[in-house]
This record gives sequence, C-alpha cells and structure tokens, in this order.
Amino acid sequence: MTSSYREGAKRIAPLAPAALSFGAAFGVLAGTTGIGGLAAVVMSATTFAGAAQFAAITVLQDGGTVAAAVTAAVLLNLRYLAISVAVARAFEGSRLRRLFESQLIVDESWAISQVGRGRIDRRVLIGAGLVLFVFWVGGTALGALAGDVLGDPNRLGLDGALPALFLALLATQLVDRRTKVAAVAGGSIAFVLLPFAPAGVPVIAASGVCLWELKKR
Amino acid sequence: MSSAWVVVLLVGAFTVAFKAAGPVLLGSRPLPERMSQAFELLAPSLLAALVVTQAVGGKQEIVFDARLVGVAAGIVAIRLRAPLIVVIVVAALATALARVAF
Repeated sequence: MTSSYREGAKRIAPLAPAALSFGAAFGVLAGTTGIGGLAAVVMSATTFAGAAQFAAITVLQDGGTVAAAVTAAVLLNLRYLAISVAVARAFEGSRLRRLFESQLIVDESWAISQVGRGRIDRRVLIGAGLVLFVFWVGGTALGALAGDVLGDPNRLGLDGALPALFLALLATQLVDRRTKVAAVAGGSIAFVLLPFAPAGVPVIAASGVCLWELKKR
Repeated sequence: MSSAWVVVLLVGAFTVAFKAAGPVLLGSRPLPERMSQAFELLAPSLLAALVVTQAVGGKQEIVFDARLVGVAAGIVAIRLRAPLIVVIVVAALATALARVAF
C-alpha cells in the first residue's frame, strides 16, 4: 500500500536536483529584489509552482503593480483549476485531507502519476509531490539564506531538461489517434499564442482542446 | 504590509484554491461521462503545450536557443527507450554543452 507513495517518490527522484536548483534560484532572486527570505519561503510553500512565482517576483522587480504581478501568476496557475477538476475523483477522505493532499498537484507530479485515459494514481501523485515540495521549499530557503551557492540552473542545462521531461511524459500519453491529435493541437495553439498572449495564456488555451471534444459529441 | 507580501499572500491564496477546487468541492462524485471523456485529452494537450512553452518560450516571444539542443538529445534518448532519469540528464548535459559551445 505504501509502496505506491514510494513509487511516486522514486519516479520523481531524477527531478529532485532540478527542484532544489530552481528553488534556490528563486530564493536568490527574492533576496536580491528585496522580497525577503521569509516571504520567498512562504510563497514556495503555498504557491508551489515555479513559473508563477518567478513571474510574480519579476513583475514586481520591473516596477509593476501588485495587480499586474498577481494577474501574471494567476494566469500561469489557472491550468491547475482544470487539472484539479480532472483529478478530483482520485482524492478521498475528509475535506481537510483532500485540501492538503491537493496542494501536491504540480505539473510534474500530475504528469508522472497518469495511469491512462486521463486518470491518475493518487498515491503516486502524493509521493512525487512531497519529494518536489521538500526540495523546492528547501532550495528556496537555501537560496535565500546562503545565496548563490548552487549556481545558475540554466548554466547546468536544467532549463533544457524540463521540456525533455514533459516530452517523455507526453510520449506515454500518445496511445491513439485522439490523443495524438490533441497533442498536436495543444502544442500548435501554444506555439501560435506564445508571441502575442501573456505568459500562461498559451497553456490554458491549449487545454481548450478538451472543450472542442465536449462539443463534438 | 509591503507590496511583496500582498503579492505572496494573494498568489498563494489563488493557487491553493485552484488546486483544491476539484478534490474539495467535487469530492469523489463522478464527472459526467462526456466530461471525463473530454478530460482524457487534458494530459496530451497540456503536456504538449508545456513542451512548447518550456522549449521555445521567452518573454512574450519565441526564442530558439540551447534548450532546443537539449530537447533534440532528449528525443533521441526517448526513442531509444531510455529511462526518465537518462532522458533528463542527457537533455541537461546537451543544453549545458550547447550553451558553452555557442
């Protein structure tokens, strides 16, 4: 029974160094922009979504308003609303337990816990999410306290490892014509919107492929 | 309260609510058949979009850089049926090397 929690932790383990490294980079950025270490750690623990955190802090750093920073991050995280509804059935127990467990939903833990036909293994998601959470929040604290000790994650090529990871997980999803068409459509929508739409919108728009499937029948 | 804290708390509250919405509000009630069929396409469409935005995304622009070399190396590893960790390490190494080389 506990083995599937462990299975999730095992599957996500290769990403732990990336979570630590990007977490530290976020801590360093927050330190240099005067956000403060405590706020950075609180943000990593509650928002727990890299792109949105970097986006919000960068907007503030560039002199943007609070509203602009929040909007950027909310747009980036809106996809979690779709994912959350899609995986709702997999969660069980009291509302409080579901509230806490659902916070471990991140792109990587969700993608890695897929068991086919859009369903997920909750225990795998939780095991994977916990590992990412510890390394992400730990990395943020490390970066905020110790400064730039791990180096730039991009210099280590970790920014190129992320799309490759998503591609590897995507490959396991392409089981029939429907899923292949959805992938091509989703990727194309994101590509076309990238130069025009604010960050986050291309990905949400891509998930609109599902709506088209709803309409079809 | 500083504006940074306001951003941290607001973004945190929104994200917690987004992630919790399904499991807390819907619970284990099954989705209508048509909806769950539609959600079968969420993983392929969203993952493909993440591949694109992570590989060539910039600040509201398309950027071709060392990441593409990493993705190409990753594709080779995926085609050779390498385990996930190998795909990640190969892609990271190729990206880092390409960045040094160019």
